[in-house]
Amino acid sequence: MFYRLLSIVGRQRASPGWQNWSSARNSASAAEARSMALPTQAQVVICGGGIMGTSVAYHLSKMGWKDIVLLEQGRLAAGSTRFCAGILSTARHLTIEQKMADYSNKLYHQLEQETGIQTGYTRTGSIFLAQTQDRLISLKRINSRLNVIGIPSEIISPKKVAELHHLLNVHDLVGAMHVPEDAVVSSADVALALASAASQNGVQIYDRTSVLHVMVKKGQVTGVETDKGQIECQYFVNCAGQWAYELGLSNEEPVSIPLHACEHFYLLTRPLETPLQSSTPTIVDADGRIYIRNWQGGILSGGFEKNPKPIFTEGKNQLEIQNLQEDWDHFEPLLSSLLRRMPELETLEIMKLVNCPETFTPDMRCIMGESPAVQGYFVLAGMNSAGLSFGGGAGKYLAEWMVHGYPSENVWELDLKRFGALQSSRTFLRHRVMEVMPLMYDLKVPRWDFQTGRQLRTSPLYDRLDAQGARWMEKHGFERPKYFVPPDKDLLALEQSKTFYKPDWFDIVESEVKCCKEAVCVIDMSSFTKFEITSTGDQALEVLQYLFSNDLDVPVGHIVHTGMLNEGGGYENDCSIARLNKRSFFMISPTDQQVHCWAWLKKHMPKDSNLLLEDVTWKYTALNLIGPRAVDVLSELSYAPMTPDHFPSLFCKEMSVGYANGIRVMSMTHTGEPGFMLYIPIEYALHVYNEVMSVGQKYGIRNAGYYALRSLRIEKFFAFWGQDINNLTTPLECGRESRVKLEKGMDFIGRDALLLQKQNGVCKRLTMFILDDHDTDLDLWPWWGEPIYRNGQYVGKTTSSAYSYSLERHVCLGFVHNFSEDTGEEQVVTADFINRGEYEIDIAGYRFQAKAKLYPVASLFTQKRRKDDMELSDLHGK
Amino acid sequence: MGFAPRLDGGAGSWGAPLLAPGRAVLGCGSASPAGRVGLVGFLVLSTPLSLLHSLPPSQPIHRAGARPRPSSAPASPPPPPLMSISALLSMGRCCCRCCCPRGLWMLSAPCCDDRRMCVCPGPRRIGIPVRSSSLPLFSDAMPAPTQLFFPLIRNCELSRIYGTACYCHHKHLCCSSPYVPQSRLRYTPHPAYATFCRPKENWWQYTQGRRYASTPQKFYLTPPQVNSILKANEYSFKVPEFDGKNVSSILGFDSNQLPANAPIEDRRSAATCLQTRGMLLGVFDGHAGCACSQAVSERLFYYIAVSLLPHETLLEIENAVESGRALLPILQWHKHPNDYFSKEASKLYFNSLRTYWQELIDLNTGESTDIDVKEALINAFKRLDNDISLEAQVGDPNSFLNYLVLRVAFSGATACVAHVDGVDLHVANTGDSRAMLGVQEEDGSWSAVTLSNDHNAQNERELERLKLEHPKSEAKSVVKQDRLLGLLMPFRAFGDVKFKWSIDLQKRVIESGPDQLNDNEYTKFIPPNYHTPPYLTAEPEVTYHRLRPQDKFLVLATDGLWETMHRQDVVRIVGEYLTGMHHQQPIAVGGYKVTLGQMHGLLTERRTKMSSVFEDQNAATHLIRHAVGNNEFGTVDHERLSKMLSLPEELARMYRDDITIIVVQFNSHVVGAYQNQE
Repeated sequence: MFYRLLSIVGRQRASPGWQNWSSARNSASAAEARSMALPTQAQVVICGGGIMGTSVAYHLSKMGWKDIVLLEQGRLAAGSTRFCAGILSTARHLTIEQKMADYSNKLYHQLEQETGIQTGYTRTGSIFLAQTQDRLISLKRINSRLNVIGIPSEIISPKKVAELHHLLNVHDLVGAMHVPEDAVVSSADVALALASAASQNGVQIYDRTSVLHVMVKKGQVTGVETDKGQIECQYFVNCAGQWAYELGLSNEEPVSIPLHACEHFYLLTRPLETPLQSSTPTIVDADGRIYIRNWQGGILSGGFEKNPKPIFTEGKNQLEIQNLQEDWDHFEPLLSSLLRRMPELETLEIMKLVNCPETFTPDMRCIMGESPAVQGYFVLAGMNSAGLSFGGGAGKYLAEWMVHGYPSENVWELDLKRFGALQSSRTFLRHRVMEVMPLMYDLKVPRWDFQTGRQLRTSPLYDRLDAQGARWMEKHGFERPKYFVPPDKDLLALEQSKTFYKPDWFDIVESEVKCCKEAVCVIDMSSFTKFEITSTGDQALEVLQYLFSNDLDVPVGHIVHTGMLNEGGGYENDCSIARLNKRSFFMISPTDQQVHCWAWLKKHMPKDSNLLLEDVTWKYTALNLIGPRAVDVLSELSYAPMTPDHFPSLFCKEMSVGYANGIRVMSMTHTGEPGFMLYIPIEYALHVYNEVMSVGQKYGIRNAGYYALRSLRIEKFFAFWGQDINNLTTPLECGRESRVKLEKGMDFIGRDALLLQKQNGVCKRLTMFILDDHDTDLDLWPWWGEPIYRNGQYVGKTTSSAYSYSLERHVCLGFVHNFSEDTGEEQVVTADFINRGEYEIDIAGYRFQAKAKLYPVASLFTQKRRKDDMELSDLHGK
Repeated sequence: MGFAPRLDGGAGSWGAPLLAPGRAVLGCGSASPAGRVGLVGFLVLSTPLSLLHSLPPSQPIHRAGARPRPSSAPASPPPPPLMSISALLSMGRCCCRCCCPRGLWMLSAPCCDDRRMCVCPGPRRIGIPVRSSSLPLFSDAMPAPTQLFFPLIRNCELSRIYGTACYCHHKHLCCSSPYVPQSRLRYTPHPAYATFCRPKENWWQYTQGRRYASTPQKFYLTPPQVNSILKANEYSFKVPEFDGKNVSSILGFDSNQLPANAPIEDRRSAATCLQTRGMLLGVFDGHAGCACSQAVSERLFYYIAVSLLPHETLLEIENAVESGRALLPILQWHKHPNDYFSKEASKLYFNSLRTYWQELIDLNTGESTDIDVKEALINAFKRLDNDISLEAQVGDPNSFLNYLVLRVAFSGATACVAHVDGVDLHVANTGDSRAMLGVQEEDGSWSAVTLSNDHNAQNERELERLKLEHPKSEAKSVVKQDRLLGLLMPFRAFGDVKFKWSIDLQKRVIESGPDQLNDNEYTKFIPPNYHTPPYLTAEPEVTYHRLRPQDKFLVLATDGLWETMHRQDVVRIVGEYLTGMHHQQPIAVGGYKVTLGQMHGLLTERRTKMSSVFEDQNAATHLIRHAVGNNEFGTVDHERLSKMLSLPEELARMYRDDITIIVVQFNSHVVGAYQNQE
């Protein structure tokens, strides 16, 4: 096997890049003659012989798994991998992506040495150009984050750019970022090198073998049906690139892998008169939508145009990607951009315009992880044209995931389970990727929302709210109001309101926050994931006690904030559970937990017909009444006393509101303000909303949106799962000891880890920072991911931030670590360590002083109602 | 709305109806806001028609009320020629294809049931008269056209202007050969019409009334406004690629229409046959109102579809009707929202159709013969016309319906229908609409293949036919002045029972008909020399064409298009448009030495070329834009387009006819595949 592979590799090396395809074809057909029988069983079957599949195979075999079969429908590295432009760039927007790219860089660097296969690895560095100040800010933000994870980079002047690359026209630049350790590499050769190394470690590789479908029994992968026979296996890894979507759907129990291909074009030229040196840095001119690298003395330049051409919507399962049509007219804007950037290239002779499909995902992040529906079915695909950069790291994380059960880094942002079946419509994908592909090089400003694929899931109140000026954001397909534009207010156009500074909705949100604090606001929070767990006996309580860290054996009607922990004590889910009755629980989780939480529960719940888990998200509309007057509104609507004496905090009761019966009223708000959540069966939603609004009028009720909620919860140090905390964060690390009942009388998942951590102390701690010298009007706003410095030392990054209208300061949440100065190892973080330090937050290179707090500002909690309010409300009487 | 443009063409006083001697004032407008009797044009005082100067001396222009006057040679700046619509009107005659031989400047002829339709002395064919006659409308707002107009007018010989001015743009009715104005002028108006040919009210009323409207107005339309007018009726249909049944040789079609009449008298239809294969597309040009064209556009395709149906399917449908079961759908219509179906008559129409298929069932006793498309088309046309005629004779107890069927029968419509099934293209034509095939030659150039014959005086064979169908004694009267019985331009048409029924029948129907009918002079009028009816038939001439891969598209259009544009231009414009849309030949670098700079230049050029095309997403719209807005250089002139489109509806008819266009695009690959199969 290995011999055969090497023969392919050897031939391929004869001429570099994609050009040599004909020779590879010959060798492949030669190999075909010696067709080998497939093994009948294996531990792992990997589908896809591109860089992803080979990388997973490589890392799995490195980690000691040997019984691995890799199947490729055509020839190795013949898909997108073959066409890849070969640029390895670490400047990514997400930290996890930066880490994956950094690892890939290091891996590819030593790959040639390890395997003896030339990969064409050349450290060229890359330069990211900024034509506008906003672009420069964006680069500075990336720069400060790259530096703290140990990737050298710097912001340079246009003059320096000209020195680094003499062909560039730098007159319209305001600056640039230089990442000197970025590289170019031949991706096909990398894939072949990885395959050969894996093969040496025992991985069996079969090309010209297509996976027809994956066999599943009882929600568990049992084998793979190929065109050459069946293979029994425990694990299946879908690395089928742009065919991953279709392969996922081919199962009896479909696995939804939302990705879609677009045509991608790049240009190859003949060498310049004085050929470009191989060390010429790669240029990324995002404002011009192009990248340029040297290629055999000439250049290779492509880009991400504004009007992408999606393909294969109908699913055209062809063996390899045929050479698609070149479309010069389509490429024209990019060509103009290239010639503007490098005018001297006018005389350079064209060699070819390459058209290769690239896959994109609905949120521009790659997809990895285990399918929520089928155990043992893993996915690594949807690279958004950064497959080469991510290949190594992503393969490593996925291998760890398979071997250890979880990756060593938090990859929630890339987890397949962030999507549900709702993102798998072909129409949705086609429309969304047309927006995503241009976004690759669009300026990424805070709080942008996708414009396509919207209004999929809406609350019944959508039209009402929309008519009242709601501006919408989308989460997990659900439309949620951001804020409400008052009728007289004229907001800037969407394009103009994209800013890193104070946004134009600032005053609007301020008035909403103020209303929440002084009167009452209503927020439609229907998007929250809602599950109901019922049983005939005590099974529900038992299983929940095992799954959750807090004690759920509370009196009926009580609400418990708790977390669903993993073995390591990290949060798999953060939720609130109301005990509806002895045997039934109502569970509220973040919106994007719908798939993940369901999968986790299903995985850990015993198969017991007496235990019923139901997703009731769609059954209830949730209205959040926030503010001191919420109690008045509700009591007027229900003729029931709602004062804390009658309706204590964190209490849940089914009652009637207006004419509607069976409304679950909960005294909590997710913001720390007084108020209620109303879970309303959807047919009553409009009625209850109308009643609330009309009764609330005299209490000054108004609509509010999630931005107000965000400001309120962050200033009160409420961490949100998925943003601030994740599956590597334990309750102890975010100051939630009170929500963990280690001694509740029975074991629960993660208890041992927490016990250990309690003994040893935590190595990071969620901390609240209040920016001191930050001018809200003039300075750049924090967003998330800003490095935190303690006494000048990097200690962590922020996870979320908001402007607190009460404190009149920016508040950031973030984790503080204690890295050892010598070894960089994480050490125990104590309260003392946090309190005794001078902190600074780095926003795009500027450091702002910040005050660290481990506990929320007490004065912000106005749970107790003032006396005069009570009397006033009595005056309003019924 | 009325207006009193003073036709001195200068920057003179627009506002007052100053009627200095030697000034021609055109009066056009409606008599009263409520009851417009149509356009009234009249000439006041003597007109110093400098342009009449070079008329052949023998021209009896006095009849027009215009006395020739020695023209002063244009000084610099040249005084704009004094020319007026009325001057033109005075020589031309109403030319709706429907009607009457009319007096010289009888214009408010309520001869048709549709009141405003007979007023069409508009000059056409060449740009200048249009320009010049639109001039007075905008004389204040637009000094530029004046300048433009003047040199142009000098370049053309006046006789030609005169000729075209007299030449009914519509070329259908009343006028004799357009280039022989004398003969027309010699023609005496029919006495019956003299009465309503004269302005019925004191013209002072008009001028007074017009004063209000005569404040200078800017009539320029912005490009978006122009676009919204042009695109108001556009419709595109793409045949779905994967409809499962069979691969269609039609990629899709674009259609559009631009009204000149108000309401528009043209109709269009497109439908897919559901029980048989193939697609039907048709344009219908109505005259004497839109009733007939509307009825034909709704009904004809059903008749065709039924004629094409095999015996078993007919039986099945009949059984379904009999037992009240759900009917098999026969047609899938592709309609613009503006293309309506009359709900009231649908029951009546259905019954007629049902009788037709019942007869078909009875005739065909089971032996399944291959249905000949040509025969089916002819039968359907004839049958529908017959039904229209019968329905009018029988009448309907419902007074509304009764009036409707009579209006349908007394108005007329031509039809040009294409049936496309695979590579088989049949065109059935009745009248003077035209089907034109766009063929792309190997060198990429475009040529036009006409797939229909116009049935009018320009067609020798039609003349021959008419003469043969009637006794020798009528040889001279049956076609007079290029018109059927001196009246009707198309020689074949639906409806128009005035040319089909015997005099007795006509009288009987009119007498028993509703009062509205009796009030209408036109219906009562019996054509002169009406001896051996019928003079008119709806029988179509069917052309068969087997599609080839080089046949890229088919243009079906009413004469409104063909009289403005040459067929070669039509095909070239559509061809270039369609290839521009798809940039049919993508650039490939295969093997050539091309530098980035060269490529860039090439691409930018292609893009600028394309952007002009991309203004229209619809080939028919693009064609209309050219038809209406083309200047003498063959490119679209926005100013001209804007003027043409901003004409008030009463006037539009003078400058152009309704234009209806369907552009059907063929799928060369599919057509080629068919060819290869054999």
